Amino acid sequence: MNNLFVYLEIDNGRVEDVSLELLTKGRSLANRLNCKLEAVAVGSQLDRVGEQVFAYGTDVLHLFDDPRLLFYTSLPHTAILVKLFQDEQPQIALMGATSIGRDLGPRVSSALGSGLTADCTSLEIGDHEEKKDDKHYKDLLYQIRPAFGGNIVATIVNPDCRPQMATVREGVMKKEACGGNPKGTVVKHNVADYVQDSDFVIRVIDRQMEQSKVNIKGASIIVSGGYGMGSKENFQLLYDLADTIGAEVGASRAAVDAGFAEHERQIGQTGVTVRPKLYIACGISGQIQHIAGMQESSLIIAINNDPNAPINTVADYVITGDVETVIPKMIKYYKKNSK
Amino acid sequence: MSLKIILLAKQVPDTRNVGKDAMKADGTVNRAALPAIFNPEDLNALEQALRLKDACPGTTITLLTMGPGRAAEIIREGLFRGIDNGYLLTDRAFAGADTLATSYALAMAVRKIGSFDLIISGRQAIDGDTAQVGPQVAEKLGIPQITYAEEIRLLEDGNIRVKRRLERGIEIVEGHFPLLITVNGSAPECRPRNAILLQKYKYALTPTELQTSDSRFAALYTQRPYLHIDEWSVADVGADVVQCGLSGSPTKVKKIDSVVFQAKESKTFDSTDDAIESLMVELINNHTIG
Repeated sequence: MNNLFVYLEIDNGRVEDVSLELLTKGRSLANRLNCKLEAVAVGSQLDRVGEQVFAYGTDVLHLFDDPRLLFYTSLPHTAILVKLFQDEQPQIALMGATSIGRDLGPRVSSALGSGLTADCTSLEIGDHEEKKDDKHYKDLLYQIRPAFGGNIVATIVNPDCRPQMATVREGVMKKEACGGNPKGTVVKHNVADYVQDSDFVIRVIDRQMEQSKVNIKGASIIVSGGYGMGSKENFQLLYDLADTIGAEVGASRAAVDAGFAEHERQIGQTGVTVRPKLYIACGISGQIQHIAGMQESSLIIAINNDPNAPINTVADYVITGDVETVIPKMIKYYKKNSK
Repeated sequence: MSLKIILLAKQVPDTRNVGKDAMKADGTVNRAALPAIFNPEDLNALEQALRLKDACPGTTITLLTMGPGRAAEIIREGLFRGIDNGYLLTDRAFAGADTLATSYALAMAVRKIGSFDLIISGRQAIDGDTAQVGPQVAEKLGIPQITYAEEIRLLEDGNIRVKRRLERGIEIVEGHFPLLITVNGSAPECRPRNAILLQKYKYALTPTELQTSDSRFAALYTQRPYLHIDEWSVADVGADVVQCGLSGSPTKVKKIDSVVFQAKESKTFDSTDDAIESLMVELINNHTIG
């Protein structure tokens, strides 16, 4: 009882990265709270889920396996989580801030009357004083999220209602297997005890999904462009440099909004958070919401014609100059010296 | 077949123009300090509602919003674009509501409006980006939901078919009324104001606005009931005051911090050939690249 639960997103029997990232975070929070980490898998043909989640330190896996649950729809998944949470009384429940988690989380929180914080960028454990009622709360979940375009960061707590619920975007938390949990147990639930036939009122007729072509999160070197690149055509310079040094191309929100790059390349609070060994920021001024998504990079190079660009404050190397001049030179001198 | 549609919409601070006084000391939003706009995705939802109205003559669209007195502006904006009427939920007791307390109040107001086929709203509001209120209202009313809608079609058998825009592609789903749908920003933009409706509803006012407006509107207002924008309080919708506003919000803002980054000591280069070459040589030699 009173454990930490993670809702798993599963595609074709494979647990999605966002859920593994949450299990990684969940494991460390559960250690801090001295409670168990439990995972919930709802879907069809879930035989291989156990091996995947026990590698991330899951103590208990709840399985809800039914052919009718193959594709996500709101009501059956809500019914399962609501009853499971009523029975198990988790203190914390985490899910991905994805089109599934953002559809499911609010319904569950509404049914249970518990608080939900969307798009957290950090989760911590700490105490809380409610001065009005002179009450002290121990070991609450601090749900930390940016607000107002990233200019401020709010710490949210749910003092009284359980579970304390939060969603986190993919790529915000680190994914780190922990050598496996040999004592992990599987609890198979009878889906019919949780879901009624009438819950299947929304039918999925067709799905056309494509695998993401871009792997920003996993790249060890990222060449990233901002609004200062000037045009979609100039972004080609970034692809040239990326091809030369073996990197992936990223973009700031301003560059994506201007149509210079696809949304899946967006780095920052509203895109992915990255931690490559080298991050080359080209024509990026360095809005807070962008810096928050790349500041943990091991080495940062900023190329900007404004010597006072905010990005320079977090950079290890600052190149003051025009991107159109600097990038071709980087390519030239890399080729010349790399043999 | 005519439909009864309820549009949930919100007046939001334009977060693209945020000043220093945007937050109050208690961590809630200082709405008075920001320009207020019709939440962009709620306009996408309005367009979908208007298309259903075009397809099904006799359909009515009722806009429901919660906010301070000036939120009546978006009801007028809705009237200029083709909604039939609107309600403003406004009461000091609603202040400081998180998404759960907001959805409770909205669900109570929907019950007061009465029967409906479709509740529609934008996916999320730009001041919080949570996308929570739609699904929370659906849960409180016990109806199904379809989120991330980009296209809504009424089928001949009375079912509704929705194209959803998800992270990696699209999904087509079918359901039937009653239903709640949230509309994605990738759906078509809302049509502009209609000149005739603009003339008709220019002086549509809430009772509170009427008190402070030019007295010559008073006569007009009594003659033309369609100029009345109703205001509802906690008591009007039969809500439990404890479940509204701050007291009905399980989430509390513990603190607000400005974002400060740890500045690093950096090495500066200019764009000369020598400088760039020495940098590239350094990166190759320390195995950062190559």
